[in-house]
Amino acid sequence: MATKTETKRKNAGKNKAARDGDGNGNRRGANNGNLIAEKSVEAAITTSIDDAVDEKPQATAAAAAQAIEEVATASVNADGEMICQLETSLTRDQMLELYRYLKLTRLVEERLVNLYRQTKVVGGVFRSLGQEATAVGTAYALQQGDFIAPLIRDLGAVLVKGIRARDIFAQYMAKAWGPSGGRDLNIHFGDMTKGFIGPISHLGDMIPVMTGIALGARMQGKNLVAVAYIGDGGMSTGAFHEGLNFAAVQRLPLIIIAEHNWYAYSTPTSKQTAVKNLADKAAGYGIPGHIVDGNDVVACYETMKRVVEFARGGGGAAIIEAKTYRRKGHAEHDDQRYLPAGELEEWERKDPLDRFERHLISQKAATREEMDKIVADVEREIDEDVAWAESSPMPEPKQAAYNVFDNTIVPPALRPPVLGGE
Amino acid sequence: MSTETKKEKMAERPARGGRATFVEALRQGIWEEMERDPSVFIIGEDVGLYGGAFKVTDGLIDEFGEGRCVDTPISEAAIVGAACGAALMGMRPVAEFQFIDFISPGFDMLVNYAAKCRYRWGAGLPTVFRGPCGAGVHAGPFHSVNAESFFANTAGLKIVEPSTAYDAKGLIKAAIRDPDPVLYFEHKKLYRLPRLREEIPEDDYVVEIGKARVAREGRDLSIITFGAQVLNALDAAEELDREGVSVEVIDLRTIAPMDKSAIISSVKKTSKVLILHEASRTGGIGGEIAATIAEEAFEWLDAPVVRVAAIDTPVPYSPPLEEYHLPQIKDVVNAGRKLAAY
Repeated sequence: MATKTETKRKNAGKNKAARDGDGNGNRRGANNGNLIAEKSVEAAITTSIDDAVDEKPQATAAAAAQAIEEVATASVNADGEMICQLETSLTRDQMLELYRYLKLTRLVEERLVNLYRQTKVVGGVFRSLGQEATAVGTAYALQQGDFIAPLIRDLGAVLVKGIRARDIFAQYMAKAWGPSGGRDLNIHFGDMTKGFIGPISHLGDMIPVMTGIALGARMQGKNLVAVAYIGDGGMSTGAFHEGLNFAAVQRLPLIIIAEHNWYAYSTPTSKQTAVKNLADKAAGYGIPGHIVDGNDVVACYETMKRVVEFARGGGGAAIIEAKTYRRKGHAEHDDQRYLPAGELEEWERKDPLDRFERHLISQKAATREEMDKIVADVEREIDEDVAWAESSPMPEPKQAAYNVFDNTIVPPALRPPVLGGE
Repeated sequence: MSTETKKEKMAERPARGGRATFVEALRQGIWEEMERDPSVFIIGEDVGLYGGAFKVTDGLIDEFGEGRCVDTPISEAAIVGAACGAALMGMRPVAEFQFIDFISPGFDMLVNYAAKCRYRWGAGLPTVFRGPCGAGVHAGPFHSVNAESFFANTAGLKIVEPSTAYDAKGLIKAAIRDPDPVLYFEHKKLYRLPRLREEIPEDDYVVEIGKARVAREGRDLSIITFGAQVLNALDAAEELDREGVSVEVIDLRTIAPMDKSAIISSVKKTSKVLILHEASRTGGIGGEIAATIAEEAFEWLDAPVVRVAAIDTPVPYSPPLEEYHLPQIKDVVNAGRKLAAY
């Protein structure tokens, strides 16, 4: 085995080669005129414990941005700009569908911001700007019978699971036609028929719930996979630990998508955890940990696909850490005053949608016209969905009293009369 | 896997009905529900191979296998959360807290997830969370708690606490069949109390959640109570009866949703009320009962509503301290005597 120093030096050389596009091999022109990074997908996504402990944690997200270029599957196009992982089983149609979901996610959120500014959204708006590829790519690798519990920043996964944007608009606007009838916010609802279980605000709580989904399914002889999304902040909770530990002990097919987006509200990852990579935590549960470039939708899909096969095949639980970045504040009100200068700009350069567009063009998987048509379709769909949600009435006030319990057994909790009167 | 662990002898299937203690009746109830419905399963710490710290689930693993008798790590949040997840899939988990004191690490999952799921998105969770509660066995501050009022202020959780073998079986069956989360508290002093051994029916029966019972008929004052304190109330009633005071004892059986009409009926009958519970006085469920009576039956009262409860301290370990902490029969008799004379 190479010593740590040797490994590092070797990698440094490779990474430089990948960036410069002129390493020891002649990669230019090898495939459709594109440059191909030499580093294999396998090497990039499998964590090494040695690697995890040999130095101090990455101190900043800017350093991480640099590290992504060094560690991830940094394929580049003819102009030397990052594109996505080349090695893929995705068909052209699937790639276009992925593009549609990425655009849908971003444009739904942009529309929500507009509605928020028009005071039509009752609560806050939470963006996934810059990390859409993680949610969309991972959820796209699932089957219909699989279950997800996303976080607030995983709208993309919710849409991939078949939830309509109009439901999201109605939820944000606290409308009667929203899936929770105005009782809860944003993506805090669920649809068991679509394999979507909405989160609650208490980060980490969905991990034991999803362990229970997998446990219940096993008792029923169903071979499904349960996926829980969590962030660098949520992984600090007790519920996260308890839920994942139990799943690991039971060898349940629970996949944790650890979105390393660098901030939990204003708190940087360095104040959440002393590990370098969130995937390193997998060792503590006796399960595999993987790292993927969370801004590469193809890599997210391919890594997830392999881990889903592992879990479904009886391998048990696993963690996939997606290295990405939260480009907006915690919610729309957050001015991000805690960000170091230059960090946002660094990650804007790595925008997952721009990157995938470059990828589709460079791989001749889509033309600009095809992409424009997809965007136009998505915009039309959003217009219709917003109109539908706006046309919904607000809930009847009395509805607040219903559905605490099954009301055929326990009556609704209507406001009681005072002294026997009204 | 733990199935490989040898058990020296297999536990016997419990009788169906017959003379049973509280714990035997409870175990019969769980056993019969697991036989009746393959979606019922048990989950908790040491509930499988060991049969539970108080042997409530003894032998279930022999009959139903490890797949339906899930031993967990020491993880109450995971137990509650996994029970909720399994219930979403259509299973009916019966989760055990080894002692109700350990419900607190699962508190978040109970009040935020289990309790609010139906309200938030219509996903009712047929789940039972059960375990031994209560003091008086010199178990100290961490194995003695009565937790009902921690949860009574959370909409979405039903709370039951039986005081007889008959009700123990009937209520566990009702809880397992209920479409919503039920907290089922078992006073540990009652488990093997010879006094509670009684003949229970062979037939399948349930005790409806939300219905109190009149444990003793009386005319002069009502004691409203539940759980192990029902026994103290009955003993105090016996003593007061010798002094010529006729006492009615209402056993609530369900704390949430509370059977207000049973309480109000008794108040209208006796016009004097003593509320008795084993949890601490301040913020205890007795305050809620007293307020309900004040609002709904004020004109029927002939005396102030009196509360007898534990003092506002943790449950102490040493017997003389614990005795001072807990409401005693003599405290109930004294209060009843004063109330009768008011």
